[in-house]
Amino acid sequence: MSVRGRTGSIPPRVWAGVALVALALALLPFAAGMIGQAWVRILNFAMIYIMLALGLNIVVGFAGLLDLGYIAFYAVGAYMYALLASPHFGIHLPFWVILPLGAGLACIFGVLLGAPTLKLRGDYLAIVTLGFGEIIRIFLNNLNAPVNITNGPQGVNLIDPFRFGGFSFARSETILGISFSGPQKYYYILLLLTIAVIVVNIRLQNSRLGRAWEAIREDEVAARAMGINTRNVKLLAFAMGASFGGIAGGIFSATQEFVSPESFGLFESIIVLSMVVLGGMGNIPGVILGAVMLTLLPEFLRATMEPLQNALFGRVLLDAETVRLLVFGIALVAIMLYRPAGLWPSAVRKRELEVPEAAEAAD
Amino acid sequence: MDIFLQQLINGLTLGSVYALVALGYTMVYGIIGLINFAHGEVVMIGAMVSLSVVTALLGAQVPLPFFVIVLAGLLVAIAVCMAIAFGMERIAYRPLRKAPRLAPLITAIGMSIILQNLALVIWGRNYRTFPPLFHPTPYNLFGASMTDLQMLIVVLAALLMAGLMFVVQRTRLGMAMRATAQNPQVAGLMGIDINIVISAAFVIGAALAAVAGLMVMTYYGIAHYYMGFLLGLKAFTAAVLGGIGNLPGAMLGGVLLGIIEALGAGYIGDVSNICGLPFLSDSLREQCAASDGYVSLFGSNYQDVFAFFVLILVLIFRPSGLLGERVSERA
Repeated sequence: MSVRGRTGSIPPRVWAGVALVALALALLPFAAGMIGQAWVRILNFAMIYIMLALGLNIVVGFAGLLDLGYIAFYAVGAYMYALLASPHFGIHLPFWVILPLGAGLACIFGVLLGAPTLKLRGDYLAIVTLGFGEIIRIFLNNLNAPVNITNGPQGVNLIDPFRFGGFSFARSETILGISFSGPQKYYYILLLLTIAVIVVNIRLQNSRLGRAWEAIREDEVAARAMGINTRNVKLLAFAMGASFGGIAGGIFSATQEFVSPESFGLFESIIVLSMVVLGGMGNIPGVILGAVMLTLLPEFLRATMEPLQNALFGRVLLDAETVRLLVFGIALVAIMLYRPAGLWPSAVRKRELEVPEAAEAAD
Repeated sequence: MDIFLQQLINGLTLGSVYALVALGYTMVYGIIGLINFAHGEVVMIGAMVSLSVVTALLGAQVPLPFFVIVLAGLLVAIAVCMAIAFGMERIAYRPLRKAPRLAPLITAIGMSIILQNLALVIWGRNYRTFPPLFHPTPYNLFGASMTDLQMLIVVLAALLMAGLMFVVQRTRLGMAMRATAQNPQVAGLMGIDINIVISAAFVIGAALAAVAGLMVMTYYGIAHYYMGFLLGLKAFTAAVLGGIGNLPGAMLGGVLLGIIEALGAGYIGDVSNICGLPFLSDSLREQCAASDGYVSLFGSNYQDVFAFFVLILVLIFRPSGLLGERVSERA
C-alpha cells in the first residue's frame, strides 16, 4: 500500500492518466480489429497469459519457489471447463459456476503436489513439478480407454463459449449501433477479469501473507525465526498460484472452444516462466510487460521472419516457431547473466542487486 | 517367469543407460549443487552427432568394419559433447556460481532450449533412423532372450562406471573432486584449482552422456531432437532415487529405475485389468467380452509415468535417496 493512497487525495493528474489508459484499453480492440480480427484474438491471448504469468509470479516471484509444471494447473482448469460445458458428456454448466470449480480443483492439485515437496530444497521442487506436468499431460492423452474421459489426443471440441442467458460472447452482434465481433466481446470480459486478477495480486503482495512470502524468498531460516509457518505459507503460495492457473485455463477453453493435451506441454510452462523472469520476478507491472511482450513477439516474428528470410536468402531457413524458442532460450540465459532481476525489476530487488559488494562483505 | 526375466533384462539394459546419464547429474550436483538441466540435451547431441558421423562414413563407402565406423562416431560425439559441456559451464553457470539458486537453474533451462532448437535446426524435425549396420542376435537365457547388443550395453556401462569410480577414488583429480565437493573454499585454499575441477566434472559427465546417447540410439534404432528431455528427466530421477551427489547411488538408482519401469510396463496391464471387478457398466462388460476378458485401465502407454511417481514417492518417503546423506531443508 503506497503512502499516498492511504493519506492524501489522489491528484487530478493521476485521474486524467487513469482515464486516458482506460480509454485506450476500451478502444484497443477496435484499433486491432482494423488490422484484422486475428489481432483481437492475440490481445485476448495476451490477457490470458497475463493471468497465467501473474499466477506463476505468486509462486516464483513472491515466494521464490521454482515451478516448472505450472501449465498442469492451467490444463486442469481447461479440461474442467471443457468437460462440464461441452457435448462430450452432455453437461452444459454456465461459466461462472465452472471457473470457480476449476480454480478449486487446480488448488487441490496444487496442495496435493506441494505438501510432500515443499519441505525440500527448491530445486527438487522444480523437478517434481516438471514431472507432475508431464504426468498430467500423459493422463490427458491416455484417459480415453477403456472409459472415455478426456477423449485422448483428439481433445474435446464444441466447448460452450461464455454465455449470460441468451447473450453469447462468441457471436458477432450490433449493440447500440456499434458492431462487435465475438473476440471483441470477449476482450471486454477478459479485460475485467484481468483487472480483477491484477488487483487481487497487488493486494496480496502488500498483505501480511505477501510480506511473509517475500521474507521466505529472501531467507527461509530468518523467516521461520520471525514466527512464520514457512511450510503453510509456501503451500498457500502454491495453492493460490495453481488456482489462478485453473481460472486462466477455463477461460482459454471457452475462448478456443477446443482443448487437446498438445496445448499443455513443458514448453508452455517454460514460456510462462520466461514471461515472469523476463519481466521481472516479483514485480507485477514487470510480469504484465513480460506476458504482453512474449505473446506479441512470436506473432511479430511470424509476420516478419518468413518474408525477411525470403528477401535475404530467397527461402525460409528457420520457421518462426524455432526462432521463437531459440530467442526464448537465449533470452533466459542472457537475462540471468546481465539483468538478473528482469527488464522491469521491483524496487526492492533492484536495490539488493545494486549493492552486491556490501552484501558479499557481510557474508 | 520368462516374462518377468525378460522385463528384468530389458530393464537392466535401459537402466545401465540411465545410470550413465545419472552419473553426469550427480557429479555436477555433488560438486556445485546445480541441477544441470541441459544434461539430457547433451545425451541427445551425442546420439545425433554419432548418427551423423556413422551415416556420413557409410555414405562415403569407407572400407572399414562396422565397429570401427561406430567407434569413430562415438569418438566424435564424445569430443563434441565435451566441448559443449565445457562451453556451457563457462557461459551459463560459472558467472552465476554465487547467484541465488534459481538463477543457474533458469540458465540451465535456457541452455536446454537452445541446444534442443539448434538440434532441430541442424537435424530437422523428423525421427532419424540408425543405419542397419548389424542385426542384434538374441541368445536364450533361462527362457528369456538377451541380444548381444543388450549385453554389450550392460557390460560397457559397467566398465565405464568402474573406470569412473577408479578416477574418483584413486587419482589426484578424483581426490580434488571429492575435496571440492566437501568444501570448495577449503579445497581452494589447499591449492586445488576448483574451476578446473568443476569443468572436469562437466566434461566427464558429458563424455558418459555421449556414450549413453549412442547406446540408446543403437538400442532403439532411432534418434530425435526431442529425445533428450525425457531421458534426462528419468536419469535425474535415477540420481535422486540413488541419492543425488552420490556416485554408487546414481548407478544403483539408474539400474533400479530401468527395472521398475520395465516391470511396471510389463505388468500394469494385468494389474489394472478391470474385467474381474463385480460392478461394471454394460459397455465395459461388452468390451471385456470382446477382448477375452482383458480390458485394463492403464496400458503400457503409461510407462513414462512410473519414473515420475518413483520420483515423487522417493521425495516423500526418503528424500535423501537410497544411499544419500540427509538433504538439508533449504529453499
